[in-house]
Amino acid sequence: MTGEKSTGATDLVIESRVLTKEFRRGRSGRRGRTDSVLRAVDSLTVTIRPGEAVGYIGANGAGKSTTIKMITGILKPSTGSVLTCGLDPMRHRRDLARRIGVVFGQRSQLWWDLPLQESLRILGAIHALPPTRWQRRRDQLVERLDLAAFLDRPVRRLSLGERMRGELAAALLHEPELLILDEPTVGLDVLSKERLRVFLREENQGADGGPPRTMLLTTHDMDDVQRLCPRLIVVDTGRCVYDGDHAGLVARVGANRLLVIDLVDPVQELAGALAGLPVAVERTDDAGLRHTITFAPGEVSAGAVLDRVSAVAAIHDLSLSEPDIEEVVRRLYASSA
Amino acid sequence: MGGAVGQVRQPTALRAFAVLFSAGFRRYATYRRATLAGAFTNTVFGYVRAAVLTTAITGATVGAAVSATATGGGSSAGSGTVAGYTAGQAVTYAWISQGLIASVMLFAWNELALRVRTGDIAVDLARPVDLQWSWLAGDLGRATYLLLPRGGPPVLVGALTTGLLLPHTAWPYLLGGLSTVLAVVVSFAGRFLVNLAAFWLTEVRGLVGAYAGIGAIFGGLLIPLSWFPDWLRVIAWSTPFPAMLQVPVDVLTARVDGATAVRLVVVQLLWATTMLAAGRVMLRLATRKLVVQGG
Repeated sequence: MTGEKSTGATDLVIESRVLTKEFRRGRSGRRGRTDSVLRAVDSLTVTIRPGEAVGYIGANGAGKSTTIKMITGILKPSTGSVLTCGLDPMRHRRDLARRIGVVFGQRSQLWWDLPLQESLRILGAIHALPPTRWQRRRDQLVERLDLAAFLDRPVRRLSLGERMRGELAAALLHEPELLILDEPTVGLDVLSKERLRVFLREENQGADGGPPRTMLLTTHDMDDVQRLCPRLIVVDTGRCVYDGDHAGLVARVGANRLLVIDLVDPVQELAGALAGLPVAVERTDDAGLRHTITFAPGEVSAGAVLDRVSAVAAIHDLSLSEPDIEEVVRRLYASSA
Repeated sequence: MGGAVGQVRQPTALRAFAVLFSAGFRRYATYRRATLAGAFTNTVFGYVRAAVLTTAITGATVGAAVSATATGGGSSAGSGTVAGYTAGQAVTYAWISQGLIASVMLFAWNELALRVRTGDIAVDLARPVDLQWSWLAGDLGRATYLLLPRGGPPVLVGALTTGLLLPHTAWPYLLGGLSTVLAVVVSFAGRFLVNLAAFWLTEVRGLVGAYAGIGAIFGGLLIPLSWFPDWLRVIAWSTPFPAMLQVPVDVLTARVDGATAVRLVVVQLLWATTMLAAGRVMLRLATRKLVVQGG
């Protein structure tokens, strides 16, 4: 297999050219059949280089999963083309399957009724891994994903967090060049998400002395993207509306963090205390106990804001929310429309 | 390395087949209580079917005996026949077919259709193995596991209660074993085709149910096919369903033997290959126009 890599026509891991997918929604009504065309992916042209970690984000129905299905050869593009690891995915789906790993967050590739370790054994055979290589890789993943405690348990009895770690082991067992993650952290608690991110970061940077692994991640979770992906591709209704880094995205839409502060004693106005900082403040109840402060993540830290507020009033409680990805995308789309 | 890769491909495909076979076996082995309940049901139904067939034969033969004012009024059930079956042969048919029914799966099966419907089929397609090949491996594993715990009890109860008329030579069992494996393959190939319809129809429960119903009748589960009127028997034998149950039962019990038995097994083989080939064509059409459901 190593011989084939050097003969690859391209050094790009993913290369799409005006990739488009249309679905026909046929409807038989009284006036005969009417077809409406839904363009799920619209003229997507992107390239991803080896070792990159790219966040592919957008609202529900933006075309993320459709794109992934075309990249993996499960879905045929309507027009345009895509090359994955230098291969036409539709024609070489099975060859490609040996070189990429996919985690569909909402689906399982594990054998539901069997212990987790059986899935890893079956996948080893499916990928035709030599026994020694399989053993070494399996042991690495068991250790790094901390699977030992539940290897013997049937997959159906694993918690969601445990199952997702199992899914990652399954997708990475054959050491794919490209790892595609479709909503890998959806439904996980904070701690599980964090562990998964640490692991994925290591994989991307080349854990266990391996080469860096290219990663494409779709998510709704801005934290995932912020922690894992230096590069973002944002799609809306099938179109690429942004391709670049975080700072550029935040600058473009002015996405804000939201800090809600409850004070011990009412204060009518906090604007004075925050003068000079690039923030907006608003009293959100009549009594003056609750105030909402919005600010851009890159421009000022939450700590600086809190310092100023606590200088004039005692803080009883607070909550901080990150820019909501749906909101960012909505604003981005509004700004690019 | 290119040549070496080509050479090792065959053993690795077989290794994957063996591992998927064993996964199918163990998937079913994990559900012991379901297996027990199934075995109980198979046995009860075996008893009912054996009783109904016996009554039909003794009723018919007693009726015939009365109208012919035959001698030997105490004629035992075994002396009369209906469509070539004595009562003893009919109960044997009932018990042996009950023993095979779980393995050859003449019931509604929509596991694959559900994966198409939910979009989980995407996971199967993202693997470097042939979809039909890997599902066949799993189904053969399933059938192998179910043969003893689901098939054993009805056959054993039959042997102890009504008695079974079984051949005393090895050949019918050898050929019958092969016939049973082919019956599972034909059954799988048919279920695979019906389930693939889910790529075009979002709801296949009706189709799957109708298919299983027709299968039970034409496969010979309800009554042996030779009891059918001529026209219906011709129709039944022109379908693959007899190859799923009637044929292995007939071969195992030596109801057919010699060249006839071999011919029936060859016909099974033909059904298996043509239906698997049809499944491949349909799968190719399906994946070409594939719309994976869900996000």
